[in-house]
Amino acid sequence: MTYLKQDLTSVHEALVNGSQTASSLLKATFANIEQVDADVQAFLTLNQEAATKQAAAIDEAGIPADQPFAGVPVGIKDNIVTKDLKTTAASKILGNFMPIYNATVVDKLQAAGAITAGKLNLDEFAMGSSTENSAFQTTKNAWDYTRVPGGSSGGSAAAVASGQVPMALGTDTGGSIRQPAAFNGIVGLKPTYGRVSRWGVIAFASSLDVVGSLTRTVKDAALTLNVIAGHDDKDATTADIPVPDYTAKLGQSIKGMKIGLPSEYLGEGVDPAVAAQVQKAADQFRALGATVETVSLPHTKYAVAAYYIIASSEASSNLQRFDGIRYGFRAEDVKNLEDVYVRSRSEGFGPEVKRRIMLGTFSLSAGFYDAYFKKAAQVRTLISRDFDQVFADYDFIIAPTTPTPAFKIGEKVTDPLTMYMNDILTIPVNLAGLPAVSVPAGFVAGMPVGLQLIGKQFDEATLLQAADAFEQANDYVDQIPGGAN
Amino acid sequence: MISKESVAHVAGLAKLAFTDDELQQYTNQLDEILNMVAQLETVDTTDVPVTTQSIHLENVMREDVAHNDTKIADLLANVPTKKGTLIQVPSIIDKEDD
Amino acid sequence: MNFETTIGLEVHVELKTKSKMYSPTPVSYGAEPNINTNVIDWGFPGTLPTVNKGAYSYGMMVAIALHADITRHTHFDRKNYFYPDNPKAYQITQSETPLATNGWIEIEVDGKKKKIGIHELHVEEDAGKNQHEDDGYSYVDLNRQGTPLVEIVSEPDIASPEEAYQYLEQLRQIVQFTGASDVKMEEGSMRVDTNLSVRPIGATGFGVKTEIKNLNSFNHVRDGLAFEQKRQVQVLMAGGQVRQETRRWDPAKKETILMRVKEGADDYRYFPEPDLPPVFVSQAWIDDVTAKLPEAPAKRRARYINEWGIPAYDAGVLTLTMEMANFFEATVAAGADPKQASNWLMGEVSGYLNAEHLELKDVALTPSHLAEMIKLIADGTISSKIAKKVFQEIIKNDTDPKAWVEEKGMVQLSDPAKLTPIIDGILDDNAQSIEDFKNGKDRAIGFLVGQIMKQTHGKANPKVVNQILMSEIKKR
Ligand SMILES: [Mg+2]
Ligand SMILES: [Zn+2]
Repeated sequence: MTYLKQDLTSVHEALVNGSQTASSLLKATFANIEQVDADVQAFLTLNQEAATKQAAAIDEAGIPADQPFAGVPVGIKDNIVTKDLKTTAASKILGNFMPIYNATVVDKLQAAGAITAGKLNLDEFAMGSSTENSAFQTTKNAWDYTRVPGGSSGGSAAAVASGQVPMALGTDTGGSIRQPAAFNGIVGLKPTYGRVSRWGVIAFASSLDVVGSLTRTVKDAALTLNVIAGHDDKDATTADIPVPDYTAKLGQSIKGMKIGLPSEYLGEGVDPAVAAQVQKAADQFRALGATVETVSLPHTKYAVAAYYIIASSEASSNLQRFDGIRYGFRAEDVKNLEDVYVRSRSEGFGPEVKRRIMLGTFSLSAGFYDAYFKKAAQVRTLISRDFDQVFADYDFIIAPTTPTPAFKIGEKVTDPLTMYMNDILTIPVNLAGLPAVSVPAGFVAGMPVGLQLIGKQFDEATLLQAADAFEQANDYVDQIPGGAN
Repeated sequence: MISKESVAHVAGLAKLAFTDDELQQYTNQLDEILNMVAQLETVDTTDVPVTTQSIHLENVMREDVAHNDTKIADLLANVPTKKGTLIQVPSIIDKEDD
Repeated sequence: MNFETTIGLEVHVELKTKSKMYSPTPVSYGAEPNINTNVIDWGFPGTLPTVNKGAYSYGMMVAIALHADITRHTHFDRKNYFYPDNPKAYQITQSETPLATNGWIEIEVDGKKKKIGIHELHVEEDAGKNQHEDDGYSYVDLNRQGTPLVEIVSEPDIASPEEAYQYLEQLRQIVQFTGASDVKMEEGSMRVDTNLSVRPIGATGFGVKTEIKNLNSFNHVRDGLAFEQKRQVQVLMAGGQVRQETRRWDPAKKETILMRVKEGADDYRYFPEPDLPPVFVSQAWIDDVTAKLPEAPAKRRARYINEWGIPAYDAGVLTLTMEMANFFEATVAAGADPKQASNWLMGEVSGYLNAEHLELKDVALTPSHLAEMIKLIADGTISSKIAKKVFQEIIKNDTDPKAWVEEKGMVQLSDPAKLTPIIDGILDDNAQSIEDFKNGKDRAIGFLVGQIMKQTHGKANPKVVNQILMSEIKKR
């Protein structure tokens, strides 16, 4: 069973009308994964045994017509903890970690009847933009196996794009859902900060991390958000705001909407061919009855610097708990406590994680806090204000998701700074806590590129309405990747 | 220009150990990153408050009610070494070689 | 050269909540290791903190009782350091915007009153416990991890070990009277870190300070500081320099012992806690906490002295602990004469508790029983001699004193109608004694009273017996 030409609605129909059972669907899904993932390398762990039992139980109970996820296999990024299913964050330091509880998003998906097929590869602790920082394997881009799938949710994006699962959860700290979605020609939704619980999400940067979805269609993103959104008593940073039906506005006209196109997002460093696709998208929005005007987000150029300070500072603190004492990797033949700490961490973390820990520790250290952490947090305010000003007049913003299409495996991995610059168009959204979605926007040299739609806080409904209108106006969604070509 | 000594000091705070070559490499890379970050200095942030959380929540608190349904065996399952229900840790002082 | 001393005290007080500061697991003592913990207390990946509002309110109570200004807009911060009893490798505390600032405590040393400033109070989480054993390992118990604490930091106003002692004594008392903490040094619900420096009188800037750990009682604090004060002066007088170091008080040797020399300041890399939204303390919240705050010991003392005529010293003793003060007030409320209630509590009750090594809450005595017994003495139902027996009963058992003295036949015979015939009978049988008395032998009265007591099995009210005896003798 490949999901290359399926969406949640069609899969659900097959389950409701009985042409598939949850069990037969799951079996076919695993058969396909076995074949496809031999090349794509998206899955780190498969959940065959427990999933099979769950599918049988769902068949026994019957598929409720109003539960689009009932009996549907999904993938989970491996920095989201799953009870009794190994969760590694793609790090050696958690190589054998068996969580004893579920993330809230996993509980919610399970309650909606979704079946976890397995855990998906990522950059170690979600730090990276290519999934090459995984301690275990390199996932391939679904369209070209010599290229990166993007990151850090590269496993999630590649698994969906290559038709292995119809939906996979990802996390987005600086673009980690949208960038791999763009690189793989699928839909990546990063909700507003605080819209989805982080309980059970292995923290990278707590003030920036958001759980979202990778799907083939905008409607599937809306259906997923319907399930995972909402306040969680266990996460004090989730907003206690009602969760609307995110599919309600899909298909409604966007006539009269005002769209901002920031000049800073089409400037230097952005591949002109990518910029051209965005201009084409702007014309399509105009054709749909919206107005598109150039706007300015003047502090955009400082976003990468502010982001790397803030994210690395938070990460340096969040990752201190990996100390070899209570769980995870403990170095062998240790002489004393200091040895346990230093050797477990030095042997357990990969180079990029160490780089960020070092940068973050430095930024918070005595004498440097004001010049680095505090300064970055002030610039973050200015970046948020830029958005506030635009949103006073515009319904949403469009921009490219990435400056270029997917690059070659190994091309940037040795040059951290070039790699960091790859996130320049996605990072400001995280700093401001905004919702954004990347939708397929055509191809450049045979590789997919993404259009990013950025909305007001907690206004995912409008964002999805517009993204859906754009999707309907194109045939990009029907393009099928052939990674080996 | 960040010095190798500073980088070594930061590594100590972070409980990371590097070989001399690694230390040099991290020094070079951190220096490059900090040079990029230096552009923040050009931004006027006079009277600009910090943003440490992007959505504006306040007073999200829990009532003082105790509950715990965690099984101790589950907590202990991932512990590398233990004694009874205690977590065992090599002591601060070196173990004597015998 | 003459030196002056500057002492700083950091006092950690455990707040008496049901659940922990940032996790809902129970706060408990002496439980099986790690039994009262969950994934949050262990710092498992993906776990998040939540703030205990009750703990915050308790913290505010302490702050208000110490006359501090509550910070209205506040947030939490992380303090980063590695240690096995600190599972996240950071402590969630308040650094930039502490719970409250600018408090004070009034102390009295050698009859002189002095205000000691409190720089700040902040709420934070306690660490677990790391037990060292000699098998080359330490063992970690996280039951205490996350217990709510308020840390109270003094201004450098304390100038002597005795002032430090008085500050701690007052602090303990004030906090205890809020009900927010047990403040027991011996149980670890109050812990004291000290630092001390000396400088030549008139010098600007403070001297190099040393910290003293392992101070398990206020006496240790006073003794440790006194030793350290002397030691530092000696070092300076000998032309040496005081090093920044942490020392340990050895109560057996009565000296401080070097633990470690501090090289530079610790670098805790504080930054705002991203997992917890800020707290805004409204005036309504402050008012609510203030309304719930029990009366402070100083106010109670004033009331005892002015309204009930209790001597100042006695009022001081009665307000040493909230249990005692509450017991005293309840006894008075139950109808006992304040002065009598005070005498009994300071005398027999305290004596009993000391002898038995018990606390008020451990004995069966209730304010209503004590009040009832005091009333029985006042109205002559029992003698003060019998009262001692009654007291032994009601402090050990939950016995109603009135019913008990009746049941045991301990009620005094005070009715003249009943006593007069008995006395007359004795006088009839002892004509010689009457004769002796009239001839000036006072001892004869003693003999007659003895006979009356014998016949009444000691129950006759001596005062009444005396009156009747005299008037009956006169008649003969
Ligand atoms: Mg503190
Ligand atoms: Zn403290």
